[in-house]
Amino acid sequence: MMQHAPLFIVLLPVSAALLCMLFSRIQKNLGSWIVIGSIVAAFMSAVTVLQQVIADGGKPIHYWMGSWQPPLGIEFVIDPISGVLAVLITFISLLGSLYSLPFVKDEGWLHIGGYYTLYGLMTVGMCGMVITGDVFNLYVFLEVMSLSGYGLIAIGGKKSMLAAFRYLLIGTIGASLYLLGVGYMYALTGTLNMADMAVRAAAFLNYPLFALALACFVIGFGIKMALFPLHGWQPDAYNYAHPGSAAFIAGCMSKVPAYAMIRFLFFMFGVDTPVVKAALDVLGILGVAGILLGSIMALAQYDFRRMLAYSSVAQIGYIAIGLAMGNLYGFIGAVLHIINHAFMKSALFFVIGGIQYRFGEVNIYRLGGMNKKVAISSITVTLAALSMIGIPPTGGFFSKWYLLLGAYTGAQYFYIGVLVISSLLNAIYFFRILEQMFVQREASLTEVHRHKGKLGLPFPMALPIAVTGIGIVALGFYSVDIVTDIIKLGLPEVLLK
Amino acid sequence: MEVLNEFLRTKGIYSLVMILFFLGIYGMVLAKNYMKKLMAMNVMQVAVIYFYLCFAQKDGAMVPVLDGITNNPNAYINPLPHGLMLTAIVVSLGTTGVALALLMRIKEIYGSVEEVEVLRRASK
Repeated sequence: MMQHAPLFIVLLPVSAALLCMLFSRIQKNLGSWIVIGSIVAAFMSAVTVLQQVIADGGKPIHYWMGSWQPPLGIEFVIDPISGVLAVLITFISLLGSLYSLPFVKDEGWLHIGGYYTLYGLMTVGMCGMVITGDVFNLYVFLEVMSLSGYGLIAIGGKKSMLAAFRYLLIGTIGASLYLLGVGYMYALTGTLNMADMAVRAAAFLNYPLFALALACFVIGFGIKMALFPLHGWQPDAYNYAHPGSAAFIAGCMSKVPAYAMIRFLFFMFGVDTPVVKAALDVLGILGVAGILLGSIMALAQYDFRRMLAYSSVAQIGYIAIGLAMGNLYGFIGAVLHIINHAFMKSALFFVIGGIQYRFGEVNIYRLGGMNKKVAISSITVTLAALSMIGIPPTGGFFSKWYLLLGAYTGAQYFYIGVLVISSLLNAIYFFRILEQMFVQREASLTEVHRHKGKLGLPFPMALPIAVTGIGIVALGFYSVDIVTDIIKLGLPEVLLK
Repeated sequence: MEVLNEFLRTKGIYSLVMILFFLGIYGMVLAKNYMKKLMAMNVMQVAVIYFYLCFAQKDGAMVPVLDGITNNPNAYINPLPHGLMLTAIVVSLGTTGVALALLMRIKEIYGSVEEVEVLRRASK
């Protein structure tokens, strides 16, 4: 039983998601609880697997599908970093699935069943992408994630159809480019297994075809992770996504391709190759441009969700420059920022979703006096804003600290300047919100969904908000443990030289 | 003539496939109608599928079913890219299905699938 835990991370949610419609037909809430239960089980298996990996001193766990040995069979590989990301994804997915309950509770069985089917499939796609050890399998999980993502965005309302359709067109270009890159690498190396490909690709690293394949990977994943000039789909998609799933979409959907890119650049090809170095330089330039323009665009928004979407463009820029530094601290900073940002962005989307649920309001300048109406949410917003700006002891400080260390050790002082400027811009657009929430007089808002009681929101919504708020601080306090006990065990070999 | 023959023999089909791929992207960028954009997307996906099938091709090899005459792997074509493309075709079918469903809803809501018209009505 225990040796099958890596499989359960994917298998349980996929079975539950596919059965969800059937159970929803029988009783309209049954399907949703089955999906939530399967996500709990996936979370627990991810935790078990991660514990096992750490207990083994970071030795990756290989799970062979049907005992077919790689390179012929498909394998799941759980190393410390993919393990911690699987835990992160299932945890945020779990919070999001509870959070969605009040949004769908008045709908019919078709809506509830469909929503939770898509939600479960998206969890499957993301978990599969981080733990798979096969490049084509990664493509399949990427498409599972994207297709269910299009559905979850489209379910949000009238305007979301257009956002989902445009995301579908752009996302398919990204996926096709990735598939083309896989084709080139398969033609070069004759294998699809990641570890095997890493060994065999070593002989071809100065071929022009390799450069072409790498360009396909970088652009493909760049589109999916909303790297700066390829981010056009993102603001609309985050803005109009179903408010229940927006937190999960915004928190994890762009981080998973970022991790896949890390897999290719750092674990498979190694950053000491000239072509990969060139790719990292491009990533660095795009990251800097994304940080600056994303932050400035975020300043110009009135809609809270749109502001968060542009802020995501900037935060993906942090991850990109962390990778572009190509050294130990930059890498740790990038991975830590993936984790921190998933928490921060989910927390902020949980909060605005709650406000939207109760008051139907998303305009930043109409949030006056929120601290009295939804007290827990306003505390979480404060913590998340401090973390975004990078003030200790919240998690955001530590990832920025590692990024600064990386820029310093790599003598890339330009990045330090960019990080400081962007922190200031973050401070401006988040203090604008805090000022509205705590200082301004109460805005007269009509309640869409009346709610009395201390929490200010239904319990399934207040719980994720509180947990992510605590999580942001906890990630700060335990950041040393996360880095030394987990991330440092799973560093790519190329950075250890 | 010799050069042209050599080019066509070694790179010709790949050039055509790449032209098809970028024609797809060109169409997706420039078409003014969402339905046409979707068709261009399909062209792009088919180009990737052709690409895999082209490099799986081998001269003088046969269908990868053991015939009892030879066990030499060089006598058979590589079945893996075909297998992969079956999956990719299914994925592209799924994408097209979702896209068509979305287009139907867009048509219902905005009464058109012309980009200019939809954007005009969406911004109102």
